[in-house]
Amino acid sequence: MSDALLEVSHLSKSFESGNLEKGMIPAVRDVSFQINRGECLGIVGESGCGKSTLARLITLLTPADSGKIRLNGSEYMHSKDKGREIYRQIQMVFQDPFSVFSPRMQIGTFLEDGLVYYQLLTRRKAAEEAVKLMRMVELPEELLNRFPHQLSGGQLQRVVIARAISIHPSLIILDEATSALDVSVQKQILELLVRLKKEQKLTYLFIGHDLAVVRSISDRIQIMYAGSVVEELRSENLKQAVHPYSRELLDSIFSVRDRHTERIQVKTLSLADAGYEACGCQYRRRCPCAMSVCAEKVPELTKAGQEPGHTAACFLVSR
Amino acid sequence: MTILELKHISLTYDGIRNILDDISFSVQSGEIIGIVGESGSGKSTLLHVILGLIPDGSVTKGECFLFGRSASERKRRELKKLRGEEVAMIFQDTGRYMNPISRVGAQYKEYLTAHGYRGRKKCIEKEKEMLSRVHLKDTERILHAYPFELSGGMRQRVGIAMAMSLKPKLLLADEPTSALDVTMQAQVVYEMMELRRKYGTSIILVTHNIGVAACMSDKLGIMQNGKLVEWGNTGDIISCPQTEYTRTLLDSVIEIDDERMTGKNE
Repeated sequence: MSDALLEVSHLSKSFESGNLEKGMIPAVRDVSFQINRGECLGIVGESGCGKSTLARLITLLTPADSGKIRLNGSEYMHSKDKGREIYRQIQMVFQDPFSVFSPRMQIGTFLEDGLVYYQLLTRRKAAEEAVKLMRMVELPEELLNRFPHQLSGGQLQRVVIARAISIHPSLIILDEATSALDVSVQKQILELLVRLKKEQKLTYLFIGHDLAVVRSISDRIQIMYAGSVVEELRSENLKQAVHPYSRELLDSIFSVRDRHTERIQVKTLSLADAGYEACGCQYRRRCPCAMSVCAEKVPELTKAGQEPGHTAACFLVSR
Repeated sequence: MTILELKHISLTYDGIRNILDDISFSVQSGEIIGIVGESGSGKSTLLHVILGLIPDGSVTKGECFLFGRSASERKRRELKKLRGEEVAMIFQDTGRYMNPISRVGAQYKEYLTAHGYRGRKKCIEKEKEMLSRVHLKDTERILHAYPFELSGGMRQRVGIAMAMSLKPKLLLADEPTSALDVTMQAQVVYEMMELRRKYGTSIILVTHNIGVAACMSDKLGIMQNGKLVEWGNTGDIISCPQTEYTRTLLDSVIEIDDERMTGKNE
């Protein structure tokens, strides 16, 4: 497809196990997807499922073992000029805004540096641009002379977003960008992100663990478990998810308006406890409907349900 | 029976700003209270006041009655016995308060012996019984493991098991699920609901997750800048919040059934 901005194909990465028994732990296994221009793709999964590693692979912060990543049709994983050109195109926003800043750098300098480093503007012009950026993320200009500790978490996260958009990247990767914030601030940041996306025609890869939050901002959602994508569907159809793991996630949501403590089922395993399987479906030990075939073969993403673009990796579907 | 009563509690650390400002409420036996607020609203400090874990002289006004007696008239020794046996606490991450170089079983045993359990066998029996109560299998392995070898969800359940082993009448839970994944969170909530069903334990749950608080609690308190701005039955507060702050807080919660944000109406 011509409007694909980022194409990831068969990306894999394993880490060496830190335990006494040596071995390789696959963090991301054979993940393929594409993000179209102007779209927001959401990735959901529990801790340890490889969603952050995926983001680090795309941004080359961690070298991938195998696979291809293409931006605008050209592969960049093995290109010579790693740093500058790629980060000009891809910017990241992390979970904890406090750890992004140098404690002795003023907010203004932080905003200008990006513009100067990528040689878009001179220092003086950059200072003017910083004022505009602050307005764009709805912060008062006075904050430009402040230091990071004088700002709240929500304000800092706005500054981080401002810097990310300042160099007009084509893709912004938001790795749990709102998870550390209070609910009211979280909503404001999400609204800001949605507005900026529309105004600046941005493309997002939004990574999170909260289904409701990811759904609210994304067009498509991928659900990851143990390094693989187990289901992909459009956000508006999230409730029609078919994979048992997606169902488990959906059932674990606490809604303010409905009391459902009676229908929580006790399972004794999480991903970290269940461990990785050598073969077959990774989820089978936790799965309520595991069959004998699940232990033998790895399920592949196949079309599920009526809606277009809905795929799931489960033998319940492919049968 | 009234288990806990707070009367006009005010607290300050620097003498200038009130961390807690005139807080009053009471907890009946078997009740689950949810306290919700943003970070810095003083909700954790509130729990510390109940346990008496605050510097002397920081409470400027008011009194806290536990089981009908004021904390200030109790002796230090008496307070020490009270903590753990009558009132227990679960923290956000149980792994943080555990000794990293001592096995879970050894620390559990220390906890039990400090409160009067004698004998290795008796302790281990109790430990295993409590761990299986919180649906942990493989208790042998867990007791032999170091805290870092367990996952966050397992550690949290060990914390709950420890807190519940002396059958306290009041359980203080400070963000018990915030460090957990959603699936684990659901289970920890389930374990806590079971405590009330089985033992009639009262729980004060401090959290910023309004969904969890709404699901678990009978009564809900909303805190803002050290003040209890709203207090009442959970259902009433959710369906018709009285203050503007509660309304904005509830509106900010993103739900799975909400309209998706498209930015159209801006």
